[in-house]
Amino acid sequence: MKKPIDALVKVGDLPLGLCGAPGSTVAFKTGDWRSVRPVLDKEKCIYCGFCYYYCPDGVYQDMAPEKYYKADLDYCKGCGICAHECPKKAITMTLEEV
Amino acid sequence: MRAADVPFEKVTAKNFPKGPDSLAPGHRACQGCGEVLALRLLLKALGTEFIAVSATGCMEVCTGPFPQSAWRMPWVHIAFENAAAVASGVEQAVHVLRRKGRGHQQRIPVVAIAGDGGTADIGLQALSGALERQHVDFVYVCLDNEAYMNTGIQRSSATPFGANTTTSPVGVKSKGQYTWKKNMPAIAAAHGIPYVATATPANYLDLMNKIRRAVAIEGPAYMHVYAPCPTGWRMKAELAVESAKLAVSTRIFPLYEVLDGHYAIRKVDKPTPIADYFKIQGRFRHLNAEDIEAITKKVNSEYDRIVSLSETFPV
Amino acid sequence: MAKRIGIEVSLAVAEAVKLADTDVIAAYPITPQTHIVEHLSELVADGSLDAAYIPVESEHSAMSSCLGSSAAGARTFTATSSQGLALMNEMIYIAPVLRTPIVLAIANRALSAPINIWNDHSDIMSVRDAGWICLFAENGQESLDLTLISFRVAEDPKVSLPVSLNLDGFTLSHFIEPIEIPDKETVDKFLPPFVPCFKLDIKAPMSLGLLGGPEYYTESRKATDDALLASKTVIKKAFAEFNDVFGRQYNVVESYQAKDAETIVLAMGSISETAMTAVDELRAQGKKVGIVRLRLWRPLPIEEIVEAVGHAKNLAVIDRHLVLGAPYGPVGLEMMSVFYSASQKPNISNFVLGLGGRDVTRDDFKYIFDRAAAQQGQTRYEIVGVLE
Repeated sequence: MKKPIDALVKVGDLPLGLCGAPGSTVAFKTGDWRSVRPVLDKEKCIYCGFCYYYCPDGVYQDMAPEKYYKADLDYCKGCGICAHECPKKAITMTLEEV
Repeated sequence: MRAADVPFEKVTAKNFPKGPDSLAPGHRACQGCGEVLALRLLLKALGTEFIAVSATGCMEVCTGPFPQSAWRMPWVHIAFENAAAVASGVEQAVHVLRRKGRGHQQRIPVVAIAGDGGTADIGLQALSGALERQHVDFVYVCLDNEAYMNTGIQRSSATPFGANTTTSPVGVKSKGQYTWKKNMPAIAAAHGIPYVATATPANYLDLMNKIRRAVAIEGPAYMHVYAPCPTGWRMKAELAVESAKLAVSTRIFPLYEVLDGHYAIRKVDKPTPIADYFKIQGRFRHLNAEDIEAITKKVNSEYDRIVSLSETFPV
Repeated sequence: MAKRIGIEVSLAVAEAVKLADTDVIAAYPITPQTHIVEHLSELVADGSLDAAYIPVESEHSAMSSCLGSSAAGARTFTATSSQGLALMNEMIYIAPVLRTPIVLAIANRALSAPINIWNDHSDIMSVRDAGWICLFAENGQESLDLTLISFRVAEDPKVSLPVSLNLDGFTLSHFIEPIEIPDKETVDKFLPPFVPCFKLDIKAPMSLGLLGGPEYYTESRKATDDALLASKTVIKKAFAEFNDVFGRQYNVVESYQAKDAETIVLAMGSISETAMTAVDELRAQGKKVGIVRLRLWRPLPIEEIVEAVGHAKNLAVIDRHLVLGAPYGPVGLEMMSVFYSASQKPNISNFVLGLGGRDVTRDDFKYIFDRAAAQQGQTRYEIVGVLE
């Protein structure tokens, strides 16, 4: 029977001092926390970058030279800061369909 | 050199740091966390060629569940109250190893990062010791979300007057937190260190330039960063940046710098009513007009004090 | 050239830290440890030791700074006593699991209350389970030698654990003894430069001090215990190589007149020398007595203990710490557990003495030898000389 919490690494296989690799949380996709997703209306976008600057999860990528920012939905938790801060209301938080 | 004259490469919209964030995604901060936003911007401004030291707290827990780490620079966490002391040891080790030919030749800033509890309460002694010792490459950043959020929203000495927390609850005999917020930037400045600054993630370029200036200046620097917490403040997830803007425009969180004891403040001539700031946060919902008036008076008096300092001791 | 001089033992420890070319010292004054770090700050101030001396504002910050310094790849030393070690407690438990090879000299002193600055072992016993290698010195020469050995063992890549070197406060730390101070070239033959197993490096970043959830915690603690147990082999090798270089042989368990002894006293630290004098006098009267002393307390050298005392009829275990609410002192309890499943075992009794600086005399040991031989089945520790 599998216990609710089982060990994942053998004693002898643990790294010395339990060191972790830099930036390795990228393996953990926080996108599934999301119930709403940001949808961008590129027509309204003025490429101000607020969505990119203000995203706590760093999900926006500069799509230059196309002059807009794109959300990486693997990590987007759906907080809605980007939509709230967008001066042109170009981003709409849209319900995820299950 | 005067702290105000120390050159550093300014962050602007045009030369915003490119490349991946120094704080990787996949961290477990709450939706809409203003603290992790401030952290992401701070680290973005610094790149990866520095050493980060975390105190135990929200940012440490959400960025480092073994075997994963969100930090792309060398990072160490030891405990809650000692980020300043750990950073002192790292800073001195880096200096000695460079001197003895076993380290890198470049300057390596050491940046300690702690929450308000880890700074204003349990970590104050270690911080005071580190500031007093005049470490050359030492920067301390307090990410202030105004309570012990990681343990479930308990009050700290940085919790503002009137805030409802799980240990300053509102009741028949209580209006929430009964003490005024401890003035950490003033305490840091009293150590006579070359640089103290306040910042918020809403004013992101200002925040990034202040941390760049902090690492450029030789000698200890202290940054007090406002870190809106939707979870702890009972606020909608999309309002972290909005609340930070309001904290500045209401004068609740004045943006200022102290350079060698000389003050520079971003003035707010026509403040937004504090009620506007309070109404988006559940933690202040119980306050009445009289309470808000008393708080406004206190807020203005601290704001006026800093303005007065900036006039008497201008940069 | 090595030179033999009269020097206070605390200063000799500081001289060893200098000979080790230590990089960082973070320390806070506390009696009776203070002379060690005072002398180190002088050595740094006069340029004879190229190290950073961090004058921290507490012992908690001392060990915190040491953790940071060690993690950054620097050879790191601090010293403390008693309340200072108690204040460090939280950090003391963190250092072994993060595998930071810090060397800590403890001038052993009683814990409050009542406040008392004099010698016993209650400070180290309060952190005996933290995962540090614990060595005990008996005299001045050993204090210096074991400081060098501590660095060598701590930094061995097979170990990478912190080491505490225990020397009795005042009764050892403040005595002036003739001590041979080795020269740097000879020390360099024994102690290689510190090459850390990992470090905070901007060119090869890593994260140290991560959260270990229920899926990892047990294994993390066990990995540290495995490393601590495995360190015994490295310690013995270091002792042997120290002998090759310096001509002084140390053992994890030291015996004096114990081979044919019917009654053996087992002790730690400087009182062993008093016990040896008592043994000489009792031997002259034809009594078959001996003394075994633990130089290594953690990891507990079980096989060597059994070999050294297993043949005795009676074993009197000395504790210099009173565990309130327990049947025996910490050393007493462990000796009983070592022999619990043995088919042939000594009659073990446990004596507590020398608390808070109370003098321990040859007569105390004569009493203990007699008492241990006379009684069977002791059910609780006995405090020697307590006024009840």
